[in-house]
Amino acid sequence: MKFRAIATLTIYAGLTIAISIWMAKESYSWFPPEATAEAKLIDDLFSLFTGLGTAILLGVLGPVVYSLIFHRVSKYDPSDGPHIEGNVTLEVIWTIVPVVLVLGLSFASFSAYEKMNLRGSLDLVHLHLPQMMDSAYAAPFDETPQEEIKDSLQQAAPKEIEVTARQWAWVFRYPDQDVTSTELHLPVNSRVRLALRSEDVIHGFYVPAFRIKQDIVPNHRMELEFTPTRVGQYRLRDSLFSGTYFAANQADVVVQSPEDYQQWLADAASQPLTAAYNPAATEYARATEQTAVLRGWASVVPAPPPVVNYSSQTVPKSPPA
Amino acid sequence: MTNAPVEAIEVARAQPYPGAPDNWKRFFTFSTDHKVIGIQYIVTSFFFFLVGGLFSMVMRGELITPEADLIDRTVYNALFTMHGSVMLFLWTFPVLVGIGNYLVPLMIGARDMAFPRLNAVSFWLIPVVGVLMIGSFLAPGGPSQSGWWAYPPVSLQNPSGSLINGQVLWLLAVAISGVSSIMGGVNFVTTIFRMRAPGMGWFRMPAFVWSVLAAQLIQLYGLPSLTAGAVMLLLDITAGTSFFAPERGGNPVLYQHFFWFYSHPAVYVMVLPVFGIFSEVIPVHARKPLFGYRVIAVSSILITFISATVWVHHMFASATPSWMRILFMVTSMLVGVPTGIKIFGWVATLWGGKIRLTTPMLFAIAGFVNFVFAGITGIMLASVPIDIHVNNTYFVVGHFHYVIYGTIVYGIYAGLYHWFPKMTGRMYYEGLGKVHFALTLLGTNLTFWPMHPLGLMGMPRRVASYDPEFAFWNVIASLGGFLLGISVLPFILNMVSSWVQGEKAGDNPWRAIGLEWLTSSPPPVENFEEIPTVISGPYGYGKDEPLVATKGSVALGEA
Ligand code: HEM
Ligand SMILES: [Cu+2]
Repeated sequence: MKFRAIATLTIYAGLTIAISIWMAKESYSWFPPEATAEAKLIDDLFSLFTGLGTAILLGVLGPVVYSLIFHRVSKYDPSDGPHIEGNVTLEVIWTIVPVVLVLGLSFASFSAYEKMNLRGSLDLVHLHLPQMMDSAYAAPFDETPQEEIKDSLQQAAPKEIEVTARQWAWVFRYPDQDVTSTELHLPVNSRVRLALRSEDVIHGFYVPAFRIKQDIVPNHRMELEFTPTRVGQYRLRDSLFSGTYFAANQADVVVQSPEDYQQWLADAASQPLTAAYNPAATEYARATEQTAVLRGWASVVPAPPPVVNYSSQTVPKSPPA
Repeated sequence: MTNAPVEAIEVARAQPYPGAPDNWKRFFTFSTDHKVIGIQYIVTSFFFFLVGGLFSMVMRGELITPEADLIDRTVYNALFTMHGSVMLFLWTFPVLVGIGNYLVPLMIGARDMAFPRLNAVSFWLIPVVGVLMIGSFLAPGGPSQSGWWAYPPVSLQNPSGSLINGQVLWLLAVAISGVSSIMGGVNFVTTIFRMRAPGMGWFRMPAFVWSVLAAQLIQLYGLPSLTAGAVMLLLDITAGTSFFAPERGGNPVLYQHFFWFYSHPAVYVMVLPVFGIFSEVIPVHARKPLFGYRVIAVSSILITFISATVWVHHMFASATPSWMRILFMVTSMLVGVPTGIKIFGWVATLWGGKIRLTTPMLFAIAGFVNFVFAGITGIMLASVPIDIHVNNTYFVVGHFHYVIYGTIVYGIYAGLYHWFPKMTGRMYYEGLGKVHFALTLLGTNLTFWPMHPLGLMGMPRRVASYDPEFAFWNVIASLGGFLLGISVLPFILNMVSSWVQGEKAGDNPWRAIGLEWLTSSPPPVENFEEIPTVISGPYGYGKDEPLVATKGSVALGEA
């Protein structure tokens, strides 16, 4: 009995470790492509959490299932199990192990966060580890992402792009060229700085392929910095519920080579201002035209379609990311 | 195993105060008997569980296709708002208060709650909340559409232009529910402190009572903050003040602090009593003492304190500076420690026991296993970098439904089955119970598991339409949701038919140890013929020691 328990548990522990490592590797495939240097940091961190999480889940599940199989009692056995009230050693261990674990995970998260250097909502107190510590805990993961972030930080200070969110449209403005657009174009491999502004309610700037999100609070100056590393088209979604057409408040994000990017800026600057296609306004107009059908309740009226230099005339069409 | 003094049983079938009806009619009176009130709470809130469930069925119907095609977007937004609000304020909170109401006085050997009339008033406010919430569907502009968080400025926008609108009714309902909860909190805390039977020292109290105490202490410190936030929001809408309105110089983020200072700990108000239920059900059906009882009891109180210091993890993506993000990340992760202690305790209780897989036991075990999964995704959410990606996506919806459905609803089911014979004197049908369990388990995982990959892929929550790449997992979640809807039918059938014509259960069909099992089923008006004197700890399984002292020579407790 005792021997069987120990043998089973040993085999089970081995299996748990194997499965956990496999899950940690597998976890990368659950995300959209990594289109920023920051994304890599987050995926690595998530992989660590997935591995440990799997081990914990299986570690609890194993003994439970084992008990359910081997410690069942027959219907006609009225006796009790052994009177065991506890075990101090065990209880101390299973208090200390989680404490160490969560502190470790906090530290890993903190160090990833430091490397991302997002800025977020203009920090008055910026967290920076002392230089010495910075090198003391050499990065647990691949060095590349931080290299890219460091490199791009060393380049000339990033040009700010103004992002305006409203009910329900996104408008992007490039102050130097005075270009406005409903598509966000970004140069690859250089640091990007966005100045986020909302005209009405709180919106959320969220590009899943960038793994980056920031709520945009009216009257607050919000900034966001990151480093796109992969040319392609991605989807920007509003992430904080903003009213009736919240779900339709999306835009395309295009990451381009520096040359293409400059070309695009130059072309856009020469375009006349035109009204963009706006799903919320279109849908609202259609809804008000209908007379007989159930129309739902009164909605905040969508702002008129933005008038910009560059816009697409369809719903966002970035490929599934 | 022996029973309560034989004389006690016959004397006591009669109900409440002299002249009170002794049949089903008593449940429709202003009864002050905690047992009647407990059942009133449970049945009323179960009705709202069905209402909230109906809303979710319509939502899942809309989400089975990517386009917003089944209902108008405003209707979807109203439905998710009312679904969340009804499920929290009219189902989870009240049903747990009901179970606590029924059990706490019995478990500590008291005749009633400390303030019976206050208790009745707390209950009768619940239907008022319900009428306001459901009635808001008829208000100009329809019900609130700002989600159960009611974040300004969205909640301040009032397209109907009417002063009496869904948002105002919603705020009134929440405020009244808060008043009811505060009265309940005062009542529970006083009862537990002052009305324990002689000999019932703190460490002779069942773990369930500890967890109710821990939960109700949270109500006392947390609710004032929510109420303050709600009142300011109400003033902003109706009186034009500018606490949170940005166009008048207000700060909407301030509201988020008021809201989450209560609403994070609130999840522990809901889950702690469920932990308590697990701690009671598992020892009985494993025939072993609760492993590490003292540590489990104390960890409840630890949760009361730690959970007061973590609220900003709901605001990592909001206008939150880095130092705050990091600080609250660490505190949030620390909550994992006392909850971990409980889980290990339950596993160790099972280990080497004499396990009987009754329906309550199945729900309790599956409930805490679901909670382990929810806890792991919870620790992920506490990590700032990960949260920045998954915050406000379906990953969060998946996480909290594993808590709220997979853990809390399972715990409620476990408790209702376990104490059903005590409440009604009859036994439920075990076969139907198992069918209910199987459907629930399958439905829960089909509905809520797919939300995790959806969130990682970047599907935001609260959307009436989504991009086609998310369709696959959404179809599965919707089918699972409909299955969950069906899964309540065997439960209702079981409860109703067993209550009417189930087999007589006797006073202690589980041979459980605990004061509530020493009295008759259902217990008499004032619970005990004579208040028992407790002489040992609450989980004496496998030991030959009575729980209470006896007048005569009859030994009580487990033999
Ligand atoms: C059949 C069972 C259920 C289904 C199919 C279901 C489905 C959903 C869906 C689709 C959402 C909207 C998610 C979003 O877009 O944010 C939601 C939100 C929510 N649900 Fe459920 N749910 C169920 C049961 C429950 C239960 C039992 C509770 C509480 C005890 C609950 C509490 C909530 C809460 C608090 C929200 C958030 C509402 C908000 O975002 O304002 N749900 N649920
Ligand atoms: Cu929380």
